[in-house]
Amino acid sequence: MRPGRWRRAGRWLVGRLLGAVFVLWAVATLIFFAIRLVPGDPAEAILGGPGSQASAEALDTVRRQYGLDQPLLVQYLAQLGRLATGDLGTSYSLRTDVGRLLLDQLPGTIGLALLSLVVAWLLAIGTAWWATLSGRVAATVSSGLEVVASAVPHFWLASLLILVFSTGLGLLPPVSTGTPAGLVLPVVTLAIPVAGFLGQVTRDSLLDAAAAPFAISARARGESPSGLFSRHLLRHAALPGLALSGWAFGSLLSGAVVVESVFARPGLGRTLLGAVTLRDIPLVTGVALVSALAYVVVVALGDLAERAVDPRGRAT
Amino acid sequence: MTVLPDLPRGGGPTRASSSRTRRRRPPLGAAETVAAALLLLVVLMAVAPGLLAPADPLAVSPGDAFAGPSLAHPFGTDESGRGVWTRVVHGAGASLTIGLVATVVGTGLGTALGVLAGLGGRGWAGRATDAGVSRVLEVLFALPGLLLALVVIAFTGPGAVPATIAVGLATAPGYARIVRSQVAAVRRSPMVEAATVLGRRPAVVLVRHVLPNALAPVVVLATLGLGQAVVWASSLSYLGLGSPPPAPEWGAMLSAGRTYLAIAWWMTVFPGLAVVVTAASATVLGRGLARRGRGGRP
Repeated sequence: MRPGRWRRAGRWLVGRLLGAVFVLWAVATLIFFAIRLVPGDPAEAILGGPGSQASAEALDTVRRQYGLDQPLLVQYLAQLGRLATGDLGTSYSLRTDVGRLLLDQLPGTIGLALLSLVVAWLLAIGTAWWATLSGRVAATVSSGLEVVASAVPHFWLASLLILVFSTGLGLLPPVSTGTPAGLVLPVVTLAIPVAGFLGQVTRDSLLDAAAAPFAISARARGESPSGLFSRHLLRHAALPGLALSGWAFGSLLSGAVVVESVFARPGLGRTLLGAVTLRDIPLVTGVALVSALAYVVVVALGDLAERAVDPRGRAT
Repeated sequence: MTVLPDLPRGGGPTRASSSRTRRRRPPLGAAETVAAALLLLVVLMAVAPGLLAPADPLAVSPGDAFAGPSLAHPFGTDESGRGVWTRVVHGAGASLTIGLVATVVGTGLGTALGVLAGLGGRGWAGRATDAGVSRVLEVLFALPGLLLALVVIAFTGPGAVPATIAVGLATAPGYARIVRSQVAAVRRSPMVEAATVLGRRPAVVLVRHVLPNALAPVVVLATLGLGQAVVWASSLSYLGLGSPPPAPEWGAMLSAGRTYLAIAWWMTVFPGLAVVVTAASATVLGRGLARRGRGGRP
């Protein structure tokens, strides 16, 4: 039994690793050919398009670095080789090594996203609990709140929060400079839309679980409503939300682009926005690869969490 | 705590199950009616902006700049003295068009990919197509949401048209995944089996039986997705990658309002409210449609 379990775990891990390598290869390949699809000189495209007025020596450097005088296949393999050794190239707008730059930016964004995810889960489970325990009115109110929360654009929510808590009440800084107080508004901004979505799916499965025979028998045994919720229903309620972790990650990362820009907070999202605005292709490639890798990791972690919460999947 | 008082009061499960049965007979509820009315209002703004706001959305009048909400300007005025209400009304057309076109691009591409993957025969070619499309979707999912849109814009450059296409592309994988599973499920249904046994040609089975059943949910999804597309498109404009500033477009207006947030809250609050109302109405309506379509819970 034990060895079989290890073998299964090993197979799972290898499958995930291969999947990750495939996704990274595909993203790199897509971007490589997208550069060639943009009309005009690819060297110019890498340097920010025809409007960038790149100098002749900059164009020469790019041509040499990317081997643009060589056949397409050679260029492609060389680019893949560079990426495989972790060399993400040089950013043209910031003139620094992309890999180092991203390593500097990554922790801030990951921390922000993780904190927001925790807050979002707390909000979603809290609302679901409240809605299940206190009846119709609460259920209607919370489902309305969830719809609005999931429809609110990050940038507007951020502006409203700044208006109320910074401009109006003067409680929290409108700029996130690294102090704990400066982290509150960005985290809340990112958490609310995710909480809206998680709340919707959580409540649906909570209602299913509450009507299931095991819940009825637990109640018949004298389990209190809150005991029923925390000991019996919570597992079921959390499952569809965990299955959505890849989606939640996407929402958080998309949100981070906006939130980091509104709150002037350094990070991956703001780096990407700057790179897109200046059409700094090496930097865009770097951010795309890093976030694709992060996505694969998050989905794998979500899968693990799902297995931990749901014992039914373990037998097979 | 005793068992007896607990059961009637221990509302959660009892009430929850009763609310479940309530949701099984879904009429067009109050929420859906309000949502439909609000969406109609937005469509009216888009089709005939002059009816609701006769003033010129581009006419500059510096003397009236930064006036708060009043009778003459219910939503206040912006930095050039243009009425925010006028601009919100005239912006509905641009924002709604971007959202609609993006949704059409997304559903079209998603449906094509999904049908391609779901339809592959039992032979190796069919399985290979399915596996190939699924891999492509996996890669697209790894650049979720705005990220894919941003990467696309990095190549095309900013503008309303690239932003629309980018949002459409970013929504396509979600549609594709659902269409794929839908097509695969319908293909295995007894109905299709019967048609095949009766000797219908595969093409006829596909067009007459599989597609209508598989694509019905896409209409519902597109309603839900419209709200998302409007939000994303306005986010891109807000970030300065969509419609250029002078045009009245909700995201672009919000982007301008950002600079004056501290002195003119109305420049931010009202255009944003328009985005939220549109997106939330589309969501409520889409969920209502989904419930009705399945005769029960979403």
